[in-house]
Amino acid sequence: MSQRSAIKAAYWRGFRHGLPFLLVIAPFGLLFGVAATKAGMDLAQVMGFSGLVIAGAAQFTALQLMGDHAPVVLILAASLAVNLRMAMYSAALSPHLGRASVWQKALVAYFLLDQSYALAANEYETRPQMTRAEKLLYFAGACTPVCPLWFVATLAGALAGAAIPPEFALDFAVPITFLAMIGPALRSLAHVAAAVVSVVGALALSFLPSGVGLMIAALVAMVTGAQVELWVNRRKGALL
Amino acid sequence: MSGYSDAVIWGIIVALGIGTFALRYSFLGFLGDRHLPEWALRYLRYTPVAVLPGLVAPLVVWPAATDGQLDPARLIAAAAALTVGIATRNTLWAIVGGLTALYLALWGIG
Repeated sequence: MSQRSAIKAAYWRGFRHGLPFLLVIAPFGLLFGVAATKAGMDLAQVMGFSGLVIAGAAQFTALQLMGDHAPVVLILAASLAVNLRMAMYSAALSPHLGRASVWQKALVAYFLLDQSYALAANEYETRPQMTRAEKLLYFAGACTPVCPLWFVATLAGALAGAAIPPEFALDFAVPITFLAMIGPALRSLAHVAAAVVSVVGALALSFLPSGVGLMIAALVAMVTGAQVELWVNRRKGALL
Repeated sequence: MSGYSDAVIWGIIVALGIGTFALRYSFLGFLGDRHLPEWALRYLRYTPVAVLPGLVAPLVVWPAATDGQLDPARLIAAAAALTVGIATRNTLWAIVGGLTALYLALWGIG
């Protein structure tokens, strides 16, 4: 296969692999548009969020804390903490794309979502013989269906949001969205331990100014997760 | 949005945008093709499960729509979303399960 057609094939393979995620992105974007509009943001602000941040969980986190009138510093700290996993994705992709040009890496970084990362990491692992150009084009292909839909779905949600009556209990769509992200993330005992500490800590510290208790609970939970992982590994080692 | 001026809201949006981009670009941009130490990855692994559950717990136990009163319908919906998410490992199905349970419970309990 010529270099040109191999690159083309990589792009379309990424595109095909990205298609199923349309089903996840559309309702997510829609819900954010609705929730942000209900919270009183204007259309430009809602779209600004989805355009500049493109990170659902962090956007919902910011929205929720703004609803609680939390101080700006804590809104930023909590939302960026939710996004710390992006740094992990960035580290995981750097052996593959670290030598690409600055603007290529900037584009990859801008579109680095849970979905595009998961697809790319899996593909680069499965096909280690891919050239860097093929890897970049695969990533671009995976982003082509997913990323524009995030903006369109947000816009649709923002426009429809005002028309949805309170009987639909969309106030609770946000907690459900969070819980729906937490369930699949409980991959190991360490993840469960971190989640439990986070819940207990946040509830117990809820008398503190909004956002403060959450930050403390999250830090303790993060350390808990890391320590439980070490403990489980030691036990496994001892048993073998 | 109550409590924040337009300028502050835009400030939050822009700061979050820049911060998120910096996190995404961080290692890709500056690490080259080297690897991150294992202890750092270990902490990064647990950030989502350390933040999101603590964020959602008060919303479930003290919902704003019922003025902070524990609400059976919303509690059932929360349990359904979490259970479906754990069982299917799929966020979309968990959202569908949670919303279905919410409407069934609101309709059934009234």
